[in-house]
Amino acid sequence: MSDTHAQSVAFVRDTMLPEQPPPVTEAGAIKWVRENLFRGWFNTILTIVSLYIIFKIVSGAYPWFANGIWNTSSLAECREMLDGMTGACFSVLTERWNQLLFGFTYPPEAYWRPTLAFVLLIVALVPVLYPKAPRNMLAFTAIYPFLAYWLIWGGTLLIPLMVLVGFAAGYFAFKQFERQSFAMGMLAGFAATVVVIWVGGTIPAALPDVLALEAVRSRDLGGFMLNMILGTVCVSLSLPFGILLALGRQSSMPIIKWICVVFIEFIRGVPLITLLFVANVVLAYFFPPGSNIDLVLRVIIMITAFASAYIAEVIRGGLAALPRGQYEAANSLGLDYAQSMRLIILPQALKISIPGIVNVAVGLFKDTTLVAIISMFDLVGMIRGPILASTEWNGVYWELWGFAVFVFFIVCFTISKYSQWLERQLATDHR
Amino acid sequence: MLINDTRYRSYTFQFVALLLLVLAFGYLGSNLLDNLQAAGLNISYQFLGEPAGYDINQKLIPYTSQSSHWQAALVGVLNTLLVAFLGCLMATVIGVVVGVLRLSNNWLVRQLMSVYVEIFRNVPVLIWILIIMAVFIAVLPQPRDFRGDDAEASMVLGAFAFTGRGFYMPAPILGAGAGFVIAVFVASVAGIFAFKNYAKKSLYDRGKLIPTFWPSLAILFVPTILVYFLLGRPITLDYPALQGFNFQGGIFMRNSLISLWFALSIYTAAFIAENVRAGILAVSQGQTEAAASLGLRPRRIMNLVILPQALRVIIPPLISQYLNLTKNSSLAIAVGYMDLTGTLGGITLNQTGRAIEAIFLLMLFYLTISLAISAIMNVYNNSVKLKER
Repeated sequence: MSDTHAQSVAFVRDTMLPEQPPPVTEAGAIKWVRENLFRGWFNTILTIVSLYIIFKIVSGAYPWFANGIWNTSSLAECREMLDGMTGACFSVLTERWNQLLFGFTYPPEAYWRPTLAFVLLIVALVPVLYPKAPRNMLAFTAIYPFLAYWLIWGGTLLIPLMVLVGFAAGYFAFKQFERQSFAMGMLAGFAATVVVIWVGGTIPAALPDVLALEAVRSRDLGGFMLNMILGTVCVSLSLPFGILLALGRQSSMPIIKWICVVFIEFIRGVPLITLLFVANVVLAYFFPPGSNIDLVLRVIIMITAFASAYIAEVIRGGLAALPRGQYEAANSLGLDYAQSMRLIILPQALKISIPGIVNVAVGLFKDTTLVAIISMFDLVGMIRGPILASTEWNGVYWELWGFAVFVFFIVCFTISKYSQWLERQLATDHR
Repeated sequence: MLINDTRYRSYTFQFVALLLLVLAFGYLGSNLLDNLQAAGLNISYQFLGEPAGYDINQKLIPYTSQSSHWQAALVGVLNTLLVAFLGCLMATVIGVVVGVLRLSNNWLVRQLMSVYVEIFRNVPVLIWILIIMAVFIAVLPQPRDFRGDDAEASMVLGAFAFTGRGFYMPAPILGAGAGFVIAVFVASVAGIFAFKNYAKKSLYDRGKLIPTFWPSLAILFVPTILVYFLLGRPITLDYPALQGFNFQGGIFMRNSLISLWFALSIYTAAFIAENVRAGILAVSQGQTEAAASLGLRPRRIMNLVILPQALRVIIPPLISQYLNLTKNSSLAIAVGYMDLTGTLGGITLNQTGRAIEAIFLLMLFYLTISLAISAIMNVYNNSVKLKER
């Protein structure tokens, strides 16, 4: 180009201009601020409003936190120390710490037991939640429920031990008969479990003091411990039931399908609180006369039923999302129904359902606070009842509710972040 | 054998399942009968006709403590529907605003909104209800603070009083001819739809674009206001006024209703915001660009291309959030708002001891609502399903 025009134009530059840095407003932090905070008048107004809101929150909350008092024994004392300043009486948390965690009737000398159970829970959950953990840790996970029952409720170790032996017997029977057919295996396993527990059940009754911890009644459980117990137990129980219900709803056998559909739609159509009312006042009518099933167990039954219906719907979504070809491929391999489900369909369907299952789990954990309404003393029940009603702490709303919000937020937020991480770990497609 | 022959296997399984089900129900039923007999009870709905004997402080229909349990339940039903309706309305507004702001290009606003969503989604709604109730009572002035010449609190615009006991606001009084004004108003709303249809038809048939915004506004207000003044202002307002230690007159919304309403709204709004965000993100950028390259203007791109596609994704989860909100409204009992759970499932149950009957009716009510809403959702889903060849 320059050659052809060299004679026709007056000046042709034949050297490069030295490189210039970009204008200050178009680089680095200033560019970012311009683009993200002050692009256009509307955007600027939004920024100013947001800054004002943040300023309001921080300026209100900071002195409240900074002047917080941690070591008084009543609200009046705390107000006296604050002497008119803005400040939080966090001392309600330190003074009532054990009540908030364990409820107000759990025997204080046994606080170490639920604490230990909680620590062991983390150990037991590691192999379940973290796919790379050593697989033989799963053995501990299998023992954990029985250990935790013994630690929290106390009594002789023989009762959970016998149930554990029963389940082990069932598992071996299942393995023996599995080669014949899956259904036979399940039947044999179930029969063996029932027989062993039935027979073994007589042993603890004869020896109530072997390896016994001080027994704690269910109605003495409370505080955040109760939320944790209900949440963990009901989520883990509802998973297998949910899978069965989902498979039943997908089944081609009309009677089985309709039983599952009616159950799922009924449970999903009513609020959990009505189911808790059922647990509280109605369920006892359906047990054999004279039997005395305690409230925690009844609540666990109803919450599990509730969660299974929701989990079933999530898993049904996963099953429906699998391409038809997977079912056909499993059939063409000559696998029967149980094998194709266990080896081909469910592993994939469950993987797709993880986000949904975690949503249900988080929702369920939040819903465990509803037991406060049928006058059980979980974290919310403790705050609403014994603590706010006590003469020492009548009127400490912000600190207590702030604590409850904090605890639930930490747990639920961690669970949902974990599910996002797990989803990335399990993603095998679109690499 | 029946279990190994594929021709009969499914019948065997179903027969066994049915048998087990019948046996289980029979067992539970016989237990129930035995227990009822032992307690000297029976199943009967006679109690619904008996006088309730308790008062309800927030009601939409006339009710006294002499009214029957049946009427108490009806008051509860209406209260449930009231808070569910108000809640859905407010949750939608907040949810849409937050969901759109989460996609804003303003970094600060985006962060603030995700903090809002995460905090409210991850904490039980029961805690929010109780917190808002506590804050409500602690922060807002009591009616007695409005008294005197140098009162600590004053009414907003002379018509609204926000107190810790609840909100007082003016109530409309319908005089003679008020029905006519309302009829004109309803007719104008219908007129707007007719006008919009006409504008659409004119656009599609003759390619003529008729502006709709200002004419619609005129149709909405002009005839109604004209008739209102021509008939000599038949609708007047009854302002709440301080008498003694409390306000009289106007509409009174109790603090329990308001805190339940607010808590359900902001909690559900966090979920709706996520649905709205997902819906907008589901419409690919290419759609906007394609519409722009056809020469559509931004508002028309939004109305004709983006929204119809986004709404297909947004509405089903939105409706299930409405359903959740309605079911969560049963937590009213925690703050003493007398919804159906508070009347039929609460006081009526405790007074009459008819647990089975009361809870059965309670479940039936919620079940009916859920099934009705699911039916509506199915109809909608079918109507917006992509028509494939």
